[in-house]
Amino acid sequence: MASIKKKGPLQNLKENIIQHIFQLSGFLAVIILLSILALLLSTAVPAFKEINLKEFFTSTRWDPTSPEKPEYGVLSLLVSTLFVTAGALILAFPVGLAVAAYLSEVASPKIREILKPVIELLAAIPSVVIGFIGLNLVGPAIARIFKLSNGLNALNGSLLLAIMALPTIISLSEDALSAVPFSYVEASLSLGANRFETLIWVKIPAAISGIVASFMLGMGRAIGETMTVLMATGNARAFPHGFLQSVRTITADIAIELGEVPYYTTHYYALFALGLMLFIMTFLVNLVADIILEKQKRMLS
Amino acid sequence: MKTSIKKSRPSHKSQLTEAIGFLFLRLSVSLVLIIILYFFYDLGRKGYQAINWPFLTQAPRHGMTEGGIFPAIVGTFLITMITALLAIPLGLGAAIYLNEYARPGRLTRLIRLSIRNLAGVPSIVYGLFGVILFVNFFKFGTSILSAGLTLGLLTLPWTITASEEALKAIPDSYREGALALGATRWQMIRTNVLPYAIPGILTGAILGLSRAAGETAPIMFTGAAFYLPYLPHSLRDQFMALPYHLYIMATQHQAIDKARPIAYGTALVLIALVVILNLTAIIIRGKLRRKWRH
Repeated sequence: MASIKKKGPLQNLKENIIQHIFQLSGFLAVIILLSILALLLSTAVPAFKEINLKEFFTSTRWDPTSPEKPEYGVLSLLVSTLFVTAGALILAFPVGLAVAAYLSEVASPKIREILKPVIELLAAIPSVVIGFIGLNLVGPAIARIFKLSNGLNALNGSLLLAIMALPTIISLSEDALSAVPFSYVEASLSLGANRFETLIWVKIPAAISGIVASFMLGMGRAIGETMTVLMATGNARAFPHGFLQSVRTITADIAIELGEVPYYTTHYYALFALGLMLFIMTFLVNLVADIILEKQKRMLS
Repeated sequence: MKTSIKKSRPSHKSQLTEAIGFLFLRLSVSLVLIIILYFFYDLGRKGYQAINWPFLTQAPRHGMTEGGIFPAIVGTFLITMITALLAIPLGLGAAIYLNEYARPGRLTRLIRLSIRNLAGVPSIVYGLFGVILFVNFFKFGTSILSAGLTLGLLTLPWTITASEEALKAIPDSYREGALALGATRWQMIRTNVLPYAIPGILTGAILGLSRAAGETAPIMFTGAAFYLPYLPHSLRDQFMALPYHLYIMATQHQAIDKARPIAYGTALVLIALVVILNLTAIIIRGKLRRKWRH
């Protein structure tokens, strides 16, 4: 072990330098986040030399490679993204909350110790594998049930994204439920409510901010997910009308087109504009979740 | 049943609602478990048929309808190494700053906010960032280096959080012991904190790397190749990777029926890699938790 020397001026200088190195690496996260924003912005802006900003946000036609007239309307892609995400959350939220409630209310410590790693394992499955399952397992099942020629549609994407959002929703909701003071539960039980009523009318309302935050973070994950929707939703460039229709999300569009686009063309810049939109959307969703969680932490401490 | 006991207990109706309510919770858990197990069962059963020794040790042949996935395994290993070299030291550095130096305040809050938000940035946005910064600006081209660095940035928020948790688990008495003997802060960290935190830091790093190894979107445009007849010779070469190979075999291949067994095999290898890494980390973590509880 290193012997501990007396602190001299040199020692102080060394300490200072070391502290600054660590401070810099701490500050790196801020730098990276800002440079992602800055580089996306600077690469997205040239797109609007040729694209009308109003058309970009209001047109439903996205056809950048059309030989006659390339069109850059983001609305179909945006609505498809929100559509698939909404479907995923409608499916994932009740199930996720129920699993969280089971873990915090019903499960014995032993069962909990087995279940939690299993759910973590679900979070660890690479998204490309989930997409592969959507292609080969969920898709054919959907096709059979609804008598379609193939099962690559918004429903498939929503189902898979729901599965991917589950671990986030479960673990954060469970944290929130477990953080509710036991005195609340005692009060409710002593008034004659059973444990399920206590869960529904006391614990969930008390934990609601954490539960909402888990919902938001699940949403952020679903909006930004690429491989799963790319492989499972069929990628038709159309405005979504129903869950049994093929859709193309923002993420999938970038993944499809970035590989073929010549660098530094309007199309290339437009794809970065899509990326910027994605960044801003997920940033806002995460920020709201963050503010809710911080507030909850302050209230409970 | 005696009436006196019946009165002091909840009514039958109340017991019934509780039973029904909890039944609903149990059904939800069963549903999730069945889905997880069925996924693994399907991948295991169909993937197992494709996997044998040549599959793991040979290159693809005949337009990728035969042969193995060896180059993809090598590629995934190589980029994960780059990712580790970038994300572990920087993540540890940031964690040491946050846990050992930083005082609560606006700057620290800003750093924590950035870390949490970085963790939420979509992986394809990291891919775009990698294209601008590493491929074009630093002129690394589409290469192992660009893809590994891109994944490194993506992994950074996870390694910071994991390292910080490992540092937090070290009891303060260890630090106070060193400081009381007149150690400087860095001496204290080096001798009384880091040695004990290393297993925890490695656990978190393994988890982060296992996620990076499975990512596809960030490497699609920063260096992953459809097919390469040779193994990469330098960090500036393109590479094949397991997740991208799976994507290609599943969606882009012309003879989809011939490609499907290979895709299943690739998926199973990828899943096995991720699960083994995760289980290792989970087991180490469980041991550590018990250790620090005493």
